[in-house]
Formats: sequence, structure tokens, C-alpha cells
Amino acid sequence: MALADLTDVRRTKALQNRAENRALTKLTVGPSPWARAGALAALVVLAGLWLVPIIWGAVTSFKHEAEAALPASLLPTMGWTLEAYEKVLGNSDLLLWMWNSLVVAVLVTALTVLISAMAAFAFSQTLFKGRGVMQWLTLAAIMMPGQILIVPLFKQMQVMGLVDTFAGIVLPQIVAPVMVFILKRFFDAIPQELLDAARIDGAGSWRLFWTIVLPLSKSILVAVAIFVFIGAWNNFLWPFIITTDPQFMTLPVGLSTVKDAYGVQYAQNMASAMIAALPLLILFMLFQRRIVQGVATTGMGGQ
Amino acid sequence: MTVSNASVTPLAGRAAPDRRTSASRPGTRTKTSEDSLRSRDKSGYLFVAPFAVATGLFLVVPTLYGLWMSFTNQSLTGTGSEFIGFANYAEAFSDPQVWQTLGNTVWFTILSTIPLVLVALVMAVLVHTGLPGQWVWRMSFFAPYLLTSAVVWHLSNWMFQPDIGLLDTWIKGLGLQPLGWLTDENVAMFSIAGVTVWWTVGFNFLLYLAALQGIPAQQYEAATIDGAGGWRRLFSITLPQLRPITGVILVLQLLASLKVFDQIYLLTMGGPNGSTRPILEYIYDTGFTNYRLGYASAISYVFFALILVFTLVRLLPTKKEA
Repeated sequence: MALADLTDVRRTKALQNRAENRALTKLTVGPSPWARAGALAALVVLAGLWLVPIIWGAVTSFKHEAEAALPASLLPTMGWTLEAYEKVLGNSDLLLWMWNSLVVAVLVTALTVLISAMAAFAFSQTLFKGRGVMQWLTLAAIMMPGQILIVPLFKQMQVMGLVDTFAGIVLPQIVAPVMVFILKRFFDAIPQELLDAARIDGAGSWRLFWTIVLPLSKSILVAVAIFVFIGAWNNFLWPFIITTDPQFMTLPVGLSTVKDAYGVQYAQNMASAMIAALPLLILFMLFQRRIVQGVATTGMGGQ
Repeated sequence: MTVSNASVTPLAGRAAPDRRTSASRPGTRTKTSEDSLRSRDKSGYLFVAPFAVATGLFLVVPTLYGLWMSFTNQSLTGTGSEFIGFANYAEAFSDPQVWQTLGNTVWFTILSTIPLVLVALVMAVLVHTGLPGQWVWRMSFFAPYLLTSAVVWHLSNWMFQPDIGLLDTWIKGLGLQPLGWLTDENVAMFSIAGVTVWWTVGFNFLLYLAALQGIPAQQYEAATIDGAGGWRRLFSITLPQLRPITGVILVLQLLASLKVFDQIYLLTMGGPNGSTRPILEYIYDTGFTNYRLGYASAISYVFFALILVFTLVRLLPTKKEA
């Protein structure tokens, strides 16, 4: 019954969306069929251009290696094959790197969201001496691009013995002052009466944070988490610098070393690229609305 | 604003409400009884501690360490850490490589930023027409942004292959001369900018799309009643409404483009002949290939000064609003 309800809700929502879109079309392009056809044609051309590299890569990954090295034909003429995938999955550390990436991205996301939310809560809902100074410092920290710090940070990691460790990859990535401000802005808007009532009932800050503030902020927490996860999963520069041992390489770093290993095996290169691309693409297809929203709200840096 | 909030005691705040921080500003809280409830709680330190420690260790320490390093001749192997004053900075300013890579970085920033803003705008305006296929359009434009740089490298490197790549095949099909996409000094930076637009435009597209969804429908309705056509509505309603967000996207994009590294390092390694090498790669090479940490830090700070200018531009509107 619950499932039926859910599909019902979905159907009504889809219908509603369709009606909204139709109204939007009337408002923007107007009723002229020519204008609509023109806009649609432009969309088809642009989307086609944007999809070609991915589609061509995907098709190439199913070609025989011998054919991949011939002048491009869009479809394979020598038949489809999974050869490249078998070779890539058998010979390389692709799955290991993928696992590493998952571990790193999950850790970075969890830690970033947790410590940023806690700091945002402190700035938004508690008073302590030095709060103003700390907020000012956090604001200043936004201005420091991490890329500038690669040299001293690497040396520091050497001293701390964190080169070629997960801690060394993860920890420098969890400092996200922008996220603190995005979350603080959201926490600021939580009705004070709600928090005061809980305080009068004897709830301490810790309980307030976990039982009221966080549950009320689910949407923004998800948005921040999505944004941080995409960034961490795809981050290249820092993991590239801090890892030399293939055992600890993340997917982007490991994949960047693949060229030498295979020489010019285009079908295999494309197969590894496809395997690497798949997780986020599938996530996006499943949760498009959420991800679009998350990136749009967080991407502005809370402006 | 927060500085005054924290230093004034709640009671004094209530007795003499500060007119400048009165209720008309949503970002600032007026002093009321809830602050006295908040002030009793000293747990703020505990909540801010993990973030403060992480920031201190992985941002403040390396910032200061790097600054100190830039005044030494430290190497990666640990030898030589004596103070040499501004020698590194003097060397940086007279180093032709610094100027060349800085020039490349700025050239890339110009080549990539303009299309990254304009194409994103066109995409968003087209999708915002609500025409059928919304899911497909959003997917197509944003999907490349979800690819990691190494995947982008594999895909584009394959497109750019001489003779067997898709681009050469198409160009030959049109009866034109194939280009040295990544091997011709005059072409390589354009190829990289093109790859970058394809890869990251989806992000700006989403920012524009979100802004478009905020335009009230009544404005369009009113314009329609007044007899404005589709183009007129586009130029008189849609585009003017997007002016503020365009400023923000422009600055965000400039900052992102200046920090270019991944795709250039992977596609051309800065070549041919150093024509695409960005400053970040020069910093990387100086520090990790030539082991000159002190000098690399000095170049980092020269670069930082450049970035800071753009960052301040970005933060200014925020300050005004808060």
C-alpha cells in the first residue's frame, strides 16, 4: 500500500512538473511553433556535442584493440567485445583504486560535514569568548587556496609521517571554511523559540545539536555532503602529491599512471575511463534533482 | 557584526539596543532574551574545537610554514634551511619561467572563462524554456563535470589523436588540413580551453539554472500582456535579472581557471615547448622535481597575491549584504 502511495505521489508530481514546464514554455519562448522548434534544435545540437566524447569513448571501449587503433568509425565493424574490460579488470589495480577513492571520499565527506556543522552550530547558537575573532579567521581562511599550500603541506606531512597514508590524503581535505558559513547561515534561520523551548526543558547544547538542529537541516546537510563528495572523489592534485605507492592511490591518480602501463591501448584506456566514470554518473541519474539542487545551493559559496 | 555581539553582555544589549544592528538586517541577531539563554552555555568551544584544530594544522601551519620557507633555501631532501631574506622573491621576479607560466595561466583564464560563462548562460536559458526532455538536457550538460580529470584526459586525448582521433577524422572528412591539437604551440592552449569548457561548463550551467528558476512568473506574464515577444522577454526580463549572478559566476570562474593544473599536466605536461605550462605546474616542478622547496614557496606566494585580488572582489558583495 505504501508503495502504491509512493508511485501515486510520484505520478502526481511528474504531472505537476509537466504542467509547470508547459506553462514555462509559454512564458519564455511563447506560443510560436517556430520558436519552439528553434530552441529545441539548439538543445539537441548542444546536448549532442556534449555527449559525443562520452558516447564515443563508451563505444571504443567495446571494440577490439586492433580496430580501436584504426581511423575512427563510430560503430565497431569487427563486432562488439568485452575484451578491453576483461584485460583492464584483470591486469590493473583499477578496482583497488576505486575502493581507495570510495574510502577517501566517504571519510572526507563525513568528517567535513561533521566538523563544519559543529563549528557552524557554535558560531550560530552559542556564545563564547573569542567567537567573533574565530569567525573572522574562518572568513579569512576561505581566501587561502589549498593549491598554494602543496609545497609546505607536503613537507609537513613528511614530518608527521603521513605520506602514503589515508590520513595524509584525507585530513588536509576536511578543512572547508566555506561550508561552515553556508551551514551557519542555515542554522541562523532556525526559529529561536524552538531552541529556547528545548533549552528550558533542560536540553544541553549537544542534544540540541543532534536532536533539533541537524534533523531540521537535512536538506542543506545533504547539499553540502553531495558537493564535498563530488569534490573529494574527483580531487587529483593533493592525492597525486601525497601518494607514490600504488597501494594508496585514488582513482584519479591511479588512472593517470595507466598510460605508461598500457602503451597505446585505446580500447583499454576507454574501458578504464568508463569504469571510473560510472559510479558518479549512476548516482547522478538516480538522484538528479537532489544533486542539481545541492550543487546549485552550495556552489555559490552561500551567496 | 559578530565581534560586537560577542563582546557586549546580553543585559547591556537589551538595555540599550544598538540601532545599527536592528531587526531590519536578517543576518544579525538583535539582543533579546534568547541570547542570555545562549550565553550561559560554554560548550561553544567544544563544538568549534575539531574544526579549529583541523584548520590550524592543515591550513594555518602550512600557510605560515610556507611563508617562512619562502625566505630560506630549503630543499626537499632537508638540506639548507638558512634564512636568505628576499633572495627567492628577487629571483622569482627576474625568472623568465615565472613570467611565462604566469602569462600562460592568464591566457588560459581568458580563453576558458569567457566561453564558460557564455555557453553556460545559453544552456541555462535554453533549458529554462521548459521544453520536453529536461532530464536529458541537464544530464548531458552536467555529466562531464562528474568525470575526474584523469577520465577527461583519457577521453580528450583519444579525441585529439592524430589520424585516428575523432576530431582529425571529422576535419579530414570536411576536406580540411588536420591540426596539431596538442602538439602545435599555437593550437594547444585552445584545445585545452576547449576541453575545459566541455568538462566544467555544467557547474556554471546549474548556477544559472537555479537563478533562472527564481525569476517570478508574473514578470513574464505582465510582459506577455504588454505584447512582448519571446526575444523581447529574453532581453528585457531574463538577461537583466541574471546580471548579479553573472558577476558572481564570473569571479568564481576566474578563480577556478587561475588554479588550472590537472588537465594541462595530464594532456600536455605543459608542452609543447612550455606553451601551456601554468604557474601551478611550475611550482610543482620547482618543489617536487627540482626539490627547491624555498623557491617554490616564494613563487606560491607571488601567485597567491594575484589570486587574493580576485578573492577580495568576490567577498566584497558578501560583506555589503551581511
